[in-house]
Amino acid sequence: MSALDGLRSAFQRDRVWEFLAPEREVLVEGRNNLILYVEDVTVSFDGFKALNALNLYIDRGELRCIIGANGAGKSTMMDVITGKTRPDQGLVYFGQNINLLKLSEPEIASCGVGRKFQKPTVFEFHTVFHNLELAMRGNKRVLPTLFASLNSAQQDRIQDVLEIIGLSELRDAMAGSLSHGQKQWLEIGVLLIQDPQLLLVDEPVAGMTPQETERTAELLTSLAGERSVVVVEHDMEFIRSIAKTVTVLHQGSVLAEGSMNQIQENPQVREVYLGGD
Amino acid sequence: MNIDNRTHRNPLFVPFAQDRWGNSLLLLLLVASVAVAVCNLVVPEGSPLHVPTYVVTLVGKYLAFALLALSVDLIWGYAGILSLGHGAFFALGGYAMGMYLMRQIGDRGVYGNPELPDFMVFLNWQELPWYWYGFDQFWFAALMVLLAPGLLAYVFGWLAFRSRVTGVYLSIITQALTYALLLAFFRNEMGFGGNNGLTDFKDILGFSLQDDGTRVTLFVLSAFALALGYIICRWVTRSKFGRVLVAVRDAENRTRFVGYRVESYKLAVFVLSACIAGIAGALYVPQVGIINPGEFSPLNSIELVIWVAVGGRGTLYGAVVGALLVNYLKTWFTGAFPEVWLFFLGALFVLATMFLPKGIVGILQRKWSKN
Repeated sequence: MSALDGLRSAFQRDRVWEFLAPEREVLVEGRNNLILYVEDVTVSFDGFKALNALNLYIDRGELRCIIGANGAGKSTMMDVITGKTRPDQGLVYFGQNINLLKLSEPEIASCGVGRKFQKPTVFEFHTVFHNLELAMRGNKRVLPTLFASLNSAQQDRIQDVLEIIGLSELRDAMAGSLSHGQKQWLEIGVLLIQDPQLLLVDEPVAGMTPQETERTAELLTSLAGERSVVVVEHDMEFIRSIAKTVTVLHQGSVLAEGSMNQIQENPQVREVYLGGD
Repeated sequence: MNIDNRTHRNPLFVPFAQDRWGNSLLLLLLVASVAVAVCNLVVPEGSPLHVPTYVVTLVGKYLAFALLALSVDLIWGYAGILSLGHGAFFALGGYAMGMYLMRQIGDRGVYGNPELPDFMVFLNWQELPWYWYGFDQFWFAALMVLLAPGLLAYVFGWLAFRSRVTGVYLSIITQALTYALLLAFFRNEMGFGGNNGLTDFKDILGFSLQDDGTRVTLFVLSAFALALGYIICRWVTRSKFGRVLVAVRDAENRTRFVGYRVESYKLAVFVLSACIAGIAGALYVPQVGIINPGEFSPLNSIELVIWVAVGGRGTLYGAVVGALLVNYLKTWFTGAFPEVWLFFLGALFVLATMFLPKGIVGILQRKWSKN
């Protein structure tokens, strides 16, 4: 009987099959200034829900901090946005109409989402200059890359980014020889030079000295405005110094959202996350 | 260390300017090919300067191995793909050349059959299998030398890299690949001479393989192919493409998030490397006069990785040095103490990994920069 029902529903003529249906237009009422739209995203690993109906909306030019205990789903959220993990359900749109769930990692990177990993990941056996050269926007297919050479505009662009991240003097140093903090900045530079509209930054100040942390805070604040920046961080001092809006994740969904003060006042947040402090 | 502006404008120009070791190697190859040709063909026998033909052929074989080592260094040293089955591509190139040489025998075989190679007559085959068609033409065989390994590498690489098989797992399946081919080529029904392989070659493009002149020509061609292979690999590894390969080797995920299709890059360099290995095989076969399924043995492929490790990975010329040195030692050892060769080879690999992470070339470079 149930098989027959299944068959019937498949051939119902009052609705079209999913693959024939036109792409669903995503428009969020009153907020068409969105750069990232994550709605109802669920990811489960062997029954454990790393993300549970997560909603997240990032505006253009916004600097957003995301906090949450270990296992709250921060890294999984980054993985979903950058195409590394496919969610079981939900929608992830970039801008008004780019469906990120249909794109591969390199395609997502090319359309303007840059990601900084938790552990600083740079190309250790390349110079600082070449790290940026490789990351620069351009045709990244095999043959054009084989015959690629830098024009002067591109060299200037690399120089600009070197200045923004403060590594001009180290342009010919091997990336592997940089200090931890310098590697973090280089990785931010690697993102910047791709001209992303959205930067996802995972724990940028882990293991940094207070001076380095301060410089990183300045760097990230200066980047927001032109671009949207999403920072995942544990360091509350750091977040307080940069954040306007903070989102608290808990067990794979949003627990609270608001200014740092609101968050700190929120009884639920105090209970699950800040309670110990 | 200042990056020259010129280097960004003309990538073809860079390599010659900044590769002292490689240039020395190229010069050495040029000198060797002229000197060997003269000392074998012009200097009369009996003179202390005369180079006997068997030495010419032996060194010619080493040069073919050096080209093979170069192809392994290209993928292992730069893209971090450790293939333990690269002997398979070498052997395929060798078989393509061997098939041409078999067709050149014509009716001079033991059975005197003008249509069929000896082993087919022996197996009572009535006609030439379709996949032997065309191999009586040199151009076709030469094309197959590139195409057979290239195509296998393309299909294998497409499947492996797309599924993101990396590291040890990839090494193991490359071993399986070469082992499967070994078993297949052992079978008589395959039509590649089974256990005995292809041998008893007479001539190539009409020149007798026994002639000193032909042998010297093959030697010079091997030296030339090695030099050309070196120049191509150097150009590739120093282009932006090469930098992407190193990026893939060191931080594959980062490369992907920067916007490169890592699979395509790995596939491209894997196919290029397989084609170079195929050419090495094609140069090897006419010089040693035989190709048999033993060339597919997994041990061979492991051995050639050792050449690269001993010479110095990720430098290209290190692979050449390693291949020449280890093969020279092998010739000497298997003559003097045949039983201990494999132990020695194993010890060499362990010692090189423990004490010479950058190989022999690494020590030389360090000495050089100190002086």
